[in-house]
Parts: sequence; structure tokens; C-alpha cells
Amino acid sequence: MIAATANTDSLSWYEASARQRIDALVDPGSFAEFIGPEQREMSPHLSIFDLPEQFDDGIVVGRGRLEGSPVLVAAQEGRFMGGAFGEVHGAKLTGLLRAARALQQDVLILFDTGGVRLQEANAGELAIAEIMRAVIEARRAGANVIGLIGGRAGCYGGGSLIAGTCSRLIVSEQGRISVSGPEVIETNKGIEEFDSRDRALVWRTMGGKHRYLIGGADTFVDDEALAFRQAAMDALKVTRGCGVAVLEAEQTRLERRLQRFGAARDAVEIWQALGIDTSTDIPALPTDAFLAAANNRENADDAR
Amino acid sequence: MTLDDILAGLFPNGSKIDISGAMIAGSAILPGAGPIHVLGITQGQPLGVDEAVALARRVLEIVKSGDRAPILFLVDSSSQRMSRRDELLGLSEYLSHLAKALLLAEAEGHCTVALLYGGSAAGAFIATALAAGTLVGLPGAHPAVMDLPSMARVTKLPIDVLKAKAEATPVFAPGLENMVQTGGIHLVLDERAPLAPQLAAILKRPQGLDERSRLGAERGGRRKAAEIADRVVALAACAPQGTQHG
Repeated sequence: MIAATANTDSLSWYEASARQRIDALVDPGSFAEFIGPEQREMSPHLSIFDLPEQFDDGIVVGRGRLEGSPVLVAAQEGRFMGGAFGEVHGAKLTGLLRAARALQQDVLILFDTGGVRLQEANAGELAIAEIMRAVIEARRAGANVIGLIGGRAGCYGGGSLIAGTCSRLIVSEQGRISVSGPEVIETNKGIEEFDSRDRALVWRTMGGKHRYLIGGADTFVDDEALAFRQAAMDALKVTRGCGVAVLEAEQTRLERRLQRFGAARDAVEIWQALGIDTSTDIPALPTDAFLAAANNRENADDAR
Repeated sequence: MTLDDILAGLFPNGSKIDISGAMIAGSAILPGAGPIHVLGITQGQPLGVDEAVALARRVLEIVKSGDRAPILFLVDSSSQRMSRRDELLGLSEYLSHLAKALLLAEAEGHCTVALLYGGSAAGAFIATALAAGTLVGLPGAHPAVMDLPSMARVTKLPIDVLKAKAEATPVFAPGLENMVQTGGIHLVLDERAPLAPQLAAILKRPQGLDERSRLGAERGGRRKAAEIADRVVALAACAPQGTQHG
């Protein structure tokens, strides 16, 4: 027997692997994987590019329990191909979300991705579209779909669009959410538009604190697996669906954001507009102090 | 085909469609089908926070009108707008919101069809064309995730090598035919035949079924996706509850 209280060790979400994150997130011993690495379902496309495959194609999907309740779980492995969506990788998540709709079971998606895998770009792009549709259908059937973002690869490209369909997002300071990555903007638009080597600029434009302050994420947690677990349990307590009222509220929220902050040139100007006196200190604040300073943040309650 | 040619071909009895900047919005009567809402992004423009929120507003207005008329979404865009401002303001939420609005419209009884008549790429493609119930293309349309020169830079492969690989598989290179083979585009319209009846026939298709991975398997461009997804669904349904032993 594994004691029911085994999830007590400190584990950095950022440093952990996909499998370590799942083990620390769900109730001990409760996880059962679907199409695990022993099935050898690898990318059929990477060999064209003489690239190594991985037995699970960089994503782990399956079922587990959280506080005793069944949940479906997907975790991307950012250390394989940057957690990018390829054909097999994406199809495992699509299948999990379609199962969530059929079973009306909640889903936790542990994002860690640079977006679409370029070596199978068309298949990856279509997987993103199929997953977004499946998320909305699962939510309309009554399931919660919670995104957890705090991995090494962040949540970029198509991954960030999937995150935008989730019912709630839990983010740590390390969790970056953005469509175009810093290097992509710099390559296409020049270093004057975005200096990708300016790490402070990257963090305050795309990082978890900024996303939490503008309502781009719902819960801000420490870089700790236990903190993500507690936040996931809390997030599953409310179900909102995805109907006209939710999307109208989101429309209002996103229009308001453009009105309030649309002229800002830097995140610090937005934080000042939110009434944060010590806005230049935000990147350095520990979690407790940050959450206190974030009291007047924009939120997305009932509007995501 | 130009946008004017397309609109004239689809709506010979006239239409009330406003084209301002990159945005298309209005309504028309489609012969054989009746009233139809027309939206879109044109002139190869990028899709940023401002455009996405305006298009989503229009989609939600249509949903709230309760008329259940079909929505045609015309697409000739570039990618998502790559800018510091758009990302600072949370572009991912705006693109997702537009996609969600289109998915909501379909779920609330509006048949949604996207017509790709020019370019589209990456996040803009996902938030518009790929969020419709059915996506059709016109000859000459050119969808992409990333252009080959950029792909060559990222993959560190010479462009000639990439071009040679693109001959062997539809899975990564840009282009209409590749997107058809992988199942993303339902069909390519015949530009030499009248367009209106072709669109009217599309509108009669059943909605709410995502057939793209099955089409990709049938056409040989994406052989694994449908099978893998189906297997996960079956495993999740069949795996017995409560058999885990610690």
C-alpha cells in the first residue's frame, strides 16, 4: 500500500518531467496511462528528418484520481522536441478530450510546449484545431478542462490557443503564455520590436505574473507540484460550461482590456494602471507579497 | 479569384457586405440556401488582438440574433500579428476567443463554413478557417504553418533538402494540396463552375462532426491521428474504475 498522504515531497514543477508531474499531482498510485511507451506509438514522421523518436511521442495521457474523484490527465514532456505537437502527440490529447465529453469527466492538461512541431507542421496544426474543438465540446457537456502552466518550454504557439479554450488556467511565475515566441518575433520583425535576449522583457511580457495580473490566468502558484495539486483541486469545484453567457462575458473582458491597456508600451505601464505602487518591483516579489500586490488585478471569473 | 469575383459568383442577387481595411462583415442571399452571414479577414492581413475581438463581437451578435442562418467566413490572411503589443495584451486569449465564438455559433445551430481563397498561417489559420464546421478552399489558396525558408532556418536544413522531403510527404510543407491530403480542407471548389450551388451543397452537410482525422487517414496524409484518438477514447471508456492497487 502506498499511503494516501504520499504527495508531500517538495518538487519543482519547472524542473520535473511530465511523469514526475503527474505522479505528484494525482492521488498516489492512482494513475493509469493510455497507450503508454510500451506500445511504441512513435512519430511516423521524424525519421524523414533523421531525428530520434520517443516511445510516447512526448505526451503522457491517462486517468487518475484527485481527492478520490476520477480525472483525465495529459502531460507534455518539454524535454522531447520542446513538447511540440505532432500527429501522434496531438491525437492522444484529442482522444482524451473526446473521452472527457463522453464520460463527462474533468481533464487536467499539463502544458509544456513550444507549439506545433515543424517537422510535421500540417498534422500538428490540425491537431491543435481538433483539440480546441474537443475542449469546447467537453466543456459544453459539463466537464472542466483545467490548464496547468509552469514548465520549461512554457506554453507557446498552438499550445497557447488550446490554453485559451480551457475553463481555468493555473500558472506559476515560470509559466510563459504567448502565441509568437520571442525569437519568432525578433526574426520576423527585428530586434527593435522584440529583443529575445532581454530575458527580463520576456518574463514581464509573457510570464506568469503578468498573465495573472491581466486576467490571462486564474490562479497563481509557487513553482511547487503540491501548489499545483491544491490549485487543481480548487479549480475543479466550480463548473461553468461554455455557452453564450460565458463568451459574452469574455468579449466584454477582452474589450475592456484593450480599452484600459491598449496604449501601454510595456507591462510595467499596465501594472501601474492596475494601481500597483511598486510596479517595478513585481518581478522580484515572492508569491505572498505578489498576491497581495495583485489585489486589484483583472480577473476572468465567469468569463473564460 | 479576387474577393469581388468570389462575392459576385456566390451572391448574384446582390449582398450587403462591408469591407473596411482587413475586415469583411455583412449578409447576403445565397441562391438555393437563403440568408447567410458573411464575415472574414482579407488582403493577406495579420490577425491581431484588435481584429480578433471585432470579428468575435460580430459572431456573438449573430448568435444572439437567434436567426440560425449559416455563417460564411472568408479567409485571406497572413499569420497572427507578430508584435510586442499584441503579445503583451494576451493575443492567445483573443485568437482563442474568436475560435470559441465560431464553435459556439455552430453549436447554437448556425452552419459555419470557412472559404480559404488566399493565404493563411499559424495562429490566424487556427482561429478562423480551422474553427469552422467545414473548411473549403479555392485553387490558388496557400495555407501554411511556416514558410519553407523560415522552416529551413529553424530545422537547420538546407532549403533544397526540405523541398526534396516535401515531395515525399504532405505532412509538413505549406500548400493547399497538402492541407487537403491531411484532412484539414474538406474539398477544393471548382472555380470554373458556378460557386453558389457548390456552397449551397456544402451547407447541407451535417454539422458537429470533426471528420478531419478520418479524411486525413483516407487520403493518406495523416494515417495515425484518427486511430490513436479512437484508441484513447476506447481505453478511457473501457478501463475499469477502481482496479488500481497501491
